[in-house]
Amino acid sequence: MPWNRNEMAARAAEELEDGMYVNLGIGIPTLVANYVGDKDITLQSENGMLGMGPFPFEGEEDADLINAGKQTITELRRTSYFDSATSFGMIRGGKIAAAILGAMEVAENGDLANWMIPGKLVKGMGGAMDLVAGVGRVIVVMDHTNKHGDSKVLRECTLPLTGKGVVDRIITNLGVLDVVDGGLKIVECADGVTEEVLRAATDATIV
Amino acid sequence: MKKIYGSASEALDGVLREGMLIAAGGFGLCGIPELLLQAIKDAGTKDLTFASNNAGVDDFGIGILLQTRQVKKMISSYVGENAEFMRQYLSGELELEFNPQGTLAERMRAGGCGIPGFYTKTGVGTVIAEGKEHKDFGGETYILEEGIFADLSIVKAWKADETGNLIFRKTARNFNPPAAMCGRVCVAEVEEIVPLGSLDPDGIHLPGIYVHRLIQGTHEKRIEQRTVRQKETA
Repeated sequence: MPWNRNEMAARAAEELEDGMYVNLGIGIPTLVANYVGDKDITLQSENGMLGMGPFPFEGEEDADLINAGKQTITELRRTSYFDSATSFGMIRGGKIAAAILGAMEVAENGDLANWMIPGKLVKGMGGAMDLVAGVGRVIVVMDHTNKHGDSKVLRECTLPLTGKGVVDRIITNLGVLDVVDGGLKIVECADGVTEEVLRAATDATIV
Repeated sequence: MKKIYGSASEALDGVLREGMLIAAGGFGLCGIPELLLQAIKDAGTKDLTFASNNAGVDDFGIGILLQTRQVKKMISSYVGENAEFMRQYLSGELELEFNPQGTLAERMRAGGCGIPGFYTKTGVGTVIAEGKEHKDFGGETYILEEGIFADLSIVKAWKADETGNLIFRKTARNFNPPAAMCGRVCVAEVEEIVPLGSLDPDGIHLPGIYVHRLIQGTHEKRIEQRTVRQKETA
């Protein structure tokens, strides 16, 4: 059985180490926060906050306290606030250890496409280009194939890039792949998924 | 030197002109200068360019100036929540310059610090880098991005003293300080103007040197995405 969304998030949480400052993207990456366990992880919200807490209880929402997805959130005892230039200064400056984010396509050379589909509604890249260019480690969490069954892990991206050669590790419902010299390396397969199945579902060079 | 004005319209009197570049603070609908935006709508000033991370929603924030066709161009990182924006953009009525969010923030900060350009890795190898100078430092490639020098800044803070020293609240700070810094004139709206001496000088987020005009008002502070969790029942 391939991993479901929660199992992918749990696997991604294993990438995080005690003491890390981390930025989580929207979608499955957001679920990673549920699986960090006892590890001391500080979450950054790039609109200007370190130490992001959970959603508020009903009636305790604060219009001045939102995350980068514009959702109401809460603060923790460790929380600090700062402006957007400082926030992206710490991203661009390499102070954020890792970003876990979703993707439309990832190529075997680490190219990432996750911000626009030409001819469709274009909403903007937000902070994604800054994050992938600046953080220590970029981990992509996504389904291995699109809704047509085509591989999202490719020899070359077909969509406009968010970053060139920026992805370090790909976690999909079928397994874990690392970007290495010459292509991708299988790190592990999801429970019940064979290496043959993973290879067959991947339209990229596996070394 | 009097900085306090009676209303948003009075504070903008004499500083608005057609075709100007305005830097606006806020992220989504959080910390936006909602009173000043309404006053710009009332003034009817046209052909405006806004440097602002987002474009509001259809009936709030910069969205209200899109309804009245007062905006010629947006410099933004994310404009996804605004149907009227999309309609005007797809029909060619509205220009849009996408900037990565951190690049936009740093362009404002740089402009405010008198820095006309800076190099960044953000966007290298993407459409953002097309036509921009590339330069290698220490074996890595960077692109040149330019500082923003706005004609006017409009920002929203929590508290101010009468000299314009500002304090923001939680994540409503966001783009407000860099936006305030990059304008030739900066108008700030706050929830409360407090007496001189009642703000801790060590706790000022933006010194009053950046703020030229100031108003106090009542803010709607609309929430874009209300998300809550349930209390566990015993």
